[in-house]
Amino acid sequence: MSVLLSGAILATLSCYALAMALTAMRLFRGPSAQDRVLALDSLYIIGLLIILTLGIRYASRMYFEVALLIALFGFVSSAALAKFLLRGEVIE
Amino acid sequence: MSAPMHAVWIEALTAVLLIASGLFALAGALGLLSLKNFFLRMHASALPNTVGAWCVTLASIVHFSALEERFAIHTWVIVILLSMTVPVTTLLLARTALFRGRQARADVPPPLGKRRVE
Repeated sequence: MSVLLSGAILATLSCYALAMALTAMRLFRGPSAQDRVLALDSLYIIGLLIILTLGIRYASRMYFEVALLIALFGFVSSAALAKFLLRGEVIE
Repeated sequence: MSAPMHAVWIEALTAVLLIASGLFALAGALGLLSLKNFFLRMHASALPNTVGAWCVTLASIVHFSALEERFAIHTWVIVILLSMTVPVTTLLLARTALFRGRQARADVPPPLGKRRVE
């Protein structure tokens, strides 16, 4: 791992952390419920990107499966929350 | 740790892709925080979903292909999965916002065919 790549990974992780902080601000502030669901979905995606970047950093294949699971759980939770806001119940 | 084929330009390409992804995610989060309307914020949150995920996936493919000296394309599955799930989530959230806006008598477009929702 050269200095160039580790520095780039550090800068990228800093950008992701700042983006997560801004998204969490929208999650706490959000005027309506769908704003909070959108911010939660965006938090899931940024966490997935962080885990893929850590997989590059530590040169491990395990992070890929964690990222796949996070993508699946993020989709299921966002779809269930949106469905609940739309209908009042998740499973009809 | 690095394989002999791990040249400088491969690391440079990986670094550029990673930093581009970080900047796109940051731009999306800034838009999500600062835009006025929910329907405007949905555009901002699409930025890390598409360009950010693509850049990180391409960086991972380039890095692992150079590291293991074979075509390591397994990370592509995440982009395929996201390209299937993100439109569904976006559509459900847009319909939720329209439904709740009509219930609250907000300024949203009326449903097709009817003038007013009951």
